[in-house]
Amino acid sequence: MADRPEHNYTGFLGWVEDRFPAMETWNYHVAQYYAPKNFNFWYFFGSLAMVVLAIQIFSGLFLAFHYKPDAALAFASVEYIMRDVPGGWFIRYMHSTGASAFFVVVYLHMFRALIYGSYKGKRELLWLIGMVIYVALMATAFMGYLLPWGQMSYWGAQVIINLFNTIPVVGNDLSIWIRGDFVLGDATLNRFFALHFFIPSLILPALVFVHMVALHTVGSNNPDGVEIKQGPKGNRWSDTAPKDGIPFHPYYTVKDIVGLVVFLFGFFAIVFFAPEMGGYFLEKPNFEPANALKTPEHIAPVWYFTPFYTVLRAIPDPWWGTVAMFAAIIVLFFLPWLDRNPVKSWRYRNLAHKMNLLLFALVFVILGWMGVEAVTPVYKELGTRMTQIYFLFFVVLWLHSYPKQINYVKWFGILLGIVILYDIVFRYNAEAADEASQLIKQFPLIVIYLGLTLLLPAFKPRFNEEKAVPDRVTG
Amino acid sequence: MKKFIVSVMFALSAAVLPFSGAMAAGGGAELEKANVNLHDKSSLQRGAKYFVNYCMGCHSAAFSRYNRVALDLGLTDDQVRDNLIFTRTEGNPTKVGELMKNGMTSKYGEVAFGAAPPDLSLVGRSRGEDWIYSFLKAFYVDPSRPLGVNNTVFENAGMPHVLWELQGWQEAETHDDGHGHVTKELKLVEQGSKSPAEYDQVVRDITNFLVYVAEPAQLHRKSIGVWVLLFLVLFGIIAYFLKKEYWKDVH
Repeated sequence: MADRPEHNYTGFLGWVEDRFPAMETWNYHVAQYYAPKNFNFWYFFGSLAMVVLAIQIFSGLFLAFHYKPDAALAFASVEYIMRDVPGGWFIRYMHSTGASAFFVVVYLHMFRALIYGSYKGKRELLWLIGMVIYVALMATAFMGYLLPWGQMSYWGAQVIINLFNTIPVVGNDLSIWIRGDFVLGDATLNRFFALHFFIPSLILPALVFVHMVALHTVGSNNPDGVEIKQGPKGNRWSDTAPKDGIPFHPYYTVKDIVGLVVFLFGFFAIVFFAPEMGGYFLEKPNFEPANALKTPEHIAPVWYFTPFYTVLRAIPDPWWGTVAMFAAIIVLFFLPWLDRNPVKSWRYRNLAHKMNLLLFALVFVILGWMGVEAVTPVYKELGTRMTQIYFLFFVVLWLHSYPKQINYVKWFGILLGIVILYDIVFRYNAEAADEASQLIKQFPLIVIYLGLTLLLPAFKPRFNEEKAVPDRVTG
Repeated sequence: MKKFIVSVMFALSAAVLPFSGAMAAGGGAELEKANVNLHDKSSLQRGAKYFVNYCMGCHSAAFSRYNRVALDLGLTDDQVRDNLIFTRTEGNPTKVGELMKNGMTSKYGEVAFGAAPPDLSLVGRSRGEDWIYSFLKAFYVDPSRPLGVNNTVFENAGMPHVLWELQGWQEAETHDDGHGHVTKELKLVEQGSKSPAEYDQVVRDITNFLVYVAEPAQLHRKSIGVWVLLFLVLFGIIAYFLKKEYWKDVH
């Protein structure tokens, strides 16, 4: 055991510090953690995600005091909370709004990592831990959505659990194992409640802690993607700390409070003035109790799952649709190895890369939009094309890793060829006239995407130029 | 700065876009605007009266308690006992603190109507105010149906026109525009005890009550929200200047 650093704390604090590294930990992670001084808007979402997790854990605890995980009682117990428990409606709306807020914050947090390359420079593990948190969060949200035991709770869970049925050989047994019964019912509700309590209150905080440890070991990235630890040393707080770093506390704590207040303004505006958020946070069919004999007209998952739901529906075969849906999530784990460009921030990458990231965000939003809509030939094709672009993005990201070496035109041809081949072999069916005409009409979307990201930098040098990364952070 | 604005716009669009566009409600005729006013206490009281008299024979509001309704609508326990409670619980008169249930079992409901009349505690949220308002105005005489009436908003509903004494009877005129678009226009052929305008108000009162009873918290929710947001604005100003003061150190 290495010796611990000397300390000057006296009195009670000193007594504790001799026996437990309280201030040592506080200093290491907060008061003497030197973060780059140039954090911008995008850097609010990490701390906001922690606040939302706290809101969810505490509001969830109070809900659990009154909620009954029993198929016969669950729906009524939620209404009991809404009407008879003092302040119960407020706790419940915080929890239901918090679920959506969590995903808003986490998606923005992840996009920040994408635009500033925050998974690079020994931060691969940090990204992977973050992805595990994201998957755990999705599992938690999915199981929590069953608990009100409304129509959408029931049928949403039904659709998702049935996906496991499509797995060859083990599928049927696996879905029975998940449900704990041959049909979705009391056993499922009971275990989902247990897991919905267990994962976010024990697993998620542990993962968040590990995420923080990994972050503080490597150090935070910043909008310039410059490693402040490799720059000059010495600032007004410490001679050995990076010159461009400032102590997280008090500088970023007071700054994050401002961000938090702005966030809470929006959060409570929804809680008090639009808790249903037009049917997107609390879906209307969920105000009817679960009924195994009556399928709702239109089953749509909650908005934060809809991008992946569209990917699922883009492939008619249930098994391959399921594979595509999970692949859309799993591919994100590999980002640090797909984007091998040594330049981290998009500020100093070429314009084609910037467009690629913006188009990816746009495609993700359209995928989400398609997921809440009922299927029509136009929307079905749009969802499929967006799914294709979603996966093409990762190839293009990989190609943009070395913009000077890559043969853009060749890759444009290869990728376009793959899409055409896929369309002809798996999708084109002249007998389904509507679908076939949409397939052709929306094909230009693929050409536009590949053209903007691969042909433009090939023929317009302006779109392929990378800028010199500065030695020190700017602004 | 330009980059920052772009970032903000981007974040906003990512946050807002998925919410734009309303979710489509189920089919049926076009809905009329209900224009209910939750702060109109006398409308809510009349709505409660109509609900227990005309609806509660078959439909319950089983998540709501009588005395909670009384509290929110400004009624005394005695007024509730004398005017709103018509049921007995295990042989004794139902107490004011009990849930608004009725005597009809779901089994009996199924036998009588084909499907048990649903609980209406949350219909204000699942169907919405315009649907309820339009539905209650959309009954018309249709001898082909077992109960002699049909409904343009909820076709082949297994429900009789319980408000016929008030509204009277409507008949449907079918219009076909020749392109397969068929609309039904309802004509009042026999007026009940209320004029059409008075009947609209009756239906609006019932709708108002059902919207209220679907979420009693909404009577106070927004007025608390105003104070919460005002506090956050104040706190935000202080937090901003606190940040500015600290960040004077950072160069």
